[in-house]
Amino acid sequence: MVTVTINGLDVRVEEGTTILEAARFVGFPIPTLCHNDGVSPYGACRLCVVEIGQEPRSKLVSSCTYPVEEGLKIRTASQRVVRARRMIIELLLASCPQSKTIQDLASAHGVRQQRFRQEHEDCILCGLCVRMCSEQMMAHAIGFRGRGEDRSIGTPFDMSSDVCRLCGACMYICPACQLRCTYNQPEHAICNACANLRPPCIEKEEYSDLMCYMKPCVACEIK
Amino acid sequence: MDYLSSREEFTALQERLCSDYNADIPTIIIPAGTCGQASGASDLVRTAQREIIRRKLQDKLHLRVTGCHGFCQMEPSVLIEPAGTFYPRVDITGMKRIIDALVRQEVVEDLLFVDEETGQRIARQDDIPFYRHQSRLLLSQNEKIDPLDVYDYLRIGGYFAFVRLLADMEPRQVIEEVKDSELRGRGGAGFPTGMKWEFLSGAADGKGKYIVCNADEGDPGAYMDRSLLEGNPHSIIEGMLIGAYATGADQGVMYVRTEYPLAIKHLNNALKQSRALGLLGGNILGSGFSFDISLVKGAGAFVCGEETALMRSIEGRMGEPCQRPPFPVQKGIHGKPTLINNVETWANIPVVLRDGAQEYRKTGRMNTGTKIFSLVGKIKNTGLVEVPMGTPVREIIYDIGGGQSGKAGIKAVQTGGPSGGCIPAGMFDIPISYESLAQAGSIMGSGGMIVMDGNTCMIDVAKYFMNFLKDESCGKCFACRKGTQRMFELLDDIASGRGTLNHLKILEELALILKDVAMCGLGQTAPNPVLSTLKYFREEYLEHIEHKRCPAGVCKGLISFTISELCTGCGACVKACPEQAITGEKKQRHVIDQDRCSRCGACKSICKFEAVEIH
Repeated sequence: MVTVTINGLDVRVEEGTTILEAARFVGFPIPTLCHNDGVSPYGACRLCVVEIGQEPRSKLVSSCTYPVEEGLKIRTASQRVVRARRMIIELLLASCPQSKTIQDLASAHGVRQQRFRQEHEDCILCGLCVRMCSEQMMAHAIGFRGRGEDRSIGTPFDMSSDVCRLCGACMYICPACQLRCTYNQPEHAICNACANLRPPCIEKEEYSDLMCYMKPCVACEIK
Repeated sequence: MDYLSSREEFTALQERLCSDYNADIPTIIIPAGTCGQASGASDLVRTAQREIIRRKLQDKLHLRVTGCHGFCQMEPSVLIEPAGTFYPRVDITGMKRIIDALVRQEVVEDLLFVDEETGQRIARQDDIPFYRHQSRLLLSQNEKIDPLDVYDYLRIGGYFAFVRLLADMEPRQVIEEVKDSELRGRGGAGFPTGMKWEFLSGAADGKGKYIVCNADEGDPGAYMDRSLLEGNPHSIIEGMLIGAYATGADQGVMYVRTEYPLAIKHLNNALKQSRALGLLGGNILGSGFSFDISLVKGAGAFVCGEETALMRSIEGRMGEPCQRPPFPVQKGIHGKPTLINNVETWANIPVVLRDGAQEYRKTGRMNTGTKIFSLVGKIKNTGLVEVPMGTPVREIIYDIGGGQSGKAGIKAVQTGGPSGGCIPAGMFDIPISYESLAQAGSIMGSGGMIVMDGNTCMIDVAKYFMNFLKDESCGKCFACRKGTQRMFELLDDIASGRGTLNHLKILEELALILKDVAMCGLGQTAPNPVLSTLKYFREEYLEHIEHKRCPAGVCKGLISFTISELCTGCGACVKACPEQAITGEKKQRHVIDQDRCSRCGACKSICKFEAVEIH
């Protein structure tokens, strides 16, 4: 067992737990986007940053990847953390304004405006779907490609994948682009809700080379 | 090449090489690194070979083709040993004349280096101001050896330090020696090397520790590592051998970027020769110590210079960093403890062990040893400069670099590549050390030094680096990917006249937060170009925003070209203009159509009468 101090509270936790798990265990909320208990930690969304160590040598680390150490002093909502978190939410909002998750995050953290040029993307590249596909579904059907601005997620060469079982887990776990595919009935989400059923759009002939999970779905337009 | 199976055989070989070598025979040394070959050194080599054979001078003259000596501005150059005569910018006829003169034991006066200040000709390389003010601990070896011949390296005492400590020193003592030398990582962050080694040596026992040479040198305008790899590959192999012996590693990896084909060729050749000599492989010199090095070519991602990304790249996975901890020394390549040092650090190790830590510590103030900088930009003498730590920036720029190359005075120097910052001319008295550069808002970095003069716009510089970083960010961590993109957007707005004071506020806020929150070194240092230019050149930003003016005349959105009454109507600019924006009668003053002008500056550079003005 290791003793750490979270926001002034001494906590004894199992060795090997991450700061995020320890903080959540005692009830301190830390927002996350790229974290899910079922897959390995990734540390990409930077929302879960916390401040560790003593001023002035304290630093921000991602709590989802940082294992607890004996005597570690952690602040989950210091001014420095809150400022950083709000800037990240502002950046998220500037990129993916339509996502319900991100809107909720913004309102929970009091981010009322974004001051950057508005973009309309639907993926924040948190990598949850990639990890889900490889770690839980053992399919390794999708992965990252490109870097920087050109980074995206997809199947190799954008071809319909042989190993993809169309399980829909990637859609299920996606935090940002939930309910993207609704076929032609906006009130009935298909891909996301019934993960075990083959969505009807896939039966269509024109759709044979497409994969709605990883591509902007055009099947709905095919009548 | 005979396989050496004991220390005695090694010593015998080294002694034989030294006694066989006649240092009195004049040797023509031609530096033919990538820079030398690009400026025509291969032609000189061919000419020299042909002349020597044609005139049957094989016994009277030696030819040595080496790596870069550092004075890239003057290449292709020729150095004559043992006299030390230096001929800059030699052409084929010049080469023939030099050989003629050598036979008669003379010097070709009119080909010698001319000192611009005094107008006098300087014969000896060591007397040239560029070389005189340096202390070339590592680079001076480049002149003495042919990088493709391991015997040359053995002759100047190569591998001696390693062979001696293999027999006489415990690994523990080697680490103490390196710690004692206070050598710090030359890759940029300046972590004490000895301490890093101690961590690896203390990491769980057992087989399969890795040591890595990080030769993924990606900073724009920096090429120190390339010159070391091309000019003296064996010194790096020796450094790694010493590191392996001290830490108990049994596998070495050299990670070289694929854009350095000559360095890769020389390294592969050096590895092959070392293996043939028995200096790499199993049971080295009968000591029971085994170590081998493999070479991995990087695929051209800047971020792979970051150690966690580099390890993933070596494993064959996508080059993207991971959050530390676990540190490489706990869990590195294939989960094994791993130690990563920069090329220059490895090259320093044999020097430390050869001369001893005490002796090594005597070089440099504040930090120990020397540092190689690649001095480029608006400066007279560009090239590789090796100076002791603690040398003032002013000395590098004015005494060695020779000061500004154009009319506009030097405004600032950018150190540390895209992760570094700018030091304004007013602060040139600060000494070069890890701490003082960090205090000034820059970093030592791997050693890029870009000199900028009055014709450089600092917003344009920040924008250039941000453009580089937004393309080279791996994109894994959201803060870095979007942060660099947004900063570029804001800088672009300011540079094209759309900027407001609000832009400046957001830019500063975002930069400070990105520094705090990014996952790896790339993201954490990415805001440095913005923050340091904001710190020292805020008035330039304000000039762009409030008066929509670019004082340096660089930002295309804010300048316009006009033709003054100095115009003679020669028509040269009319032909040069790609947009057909210039009109005018012959021998009449021409006019630029502002709507069509793309502000490329072609007219300004072609005009002989300085009639084109920038507003």
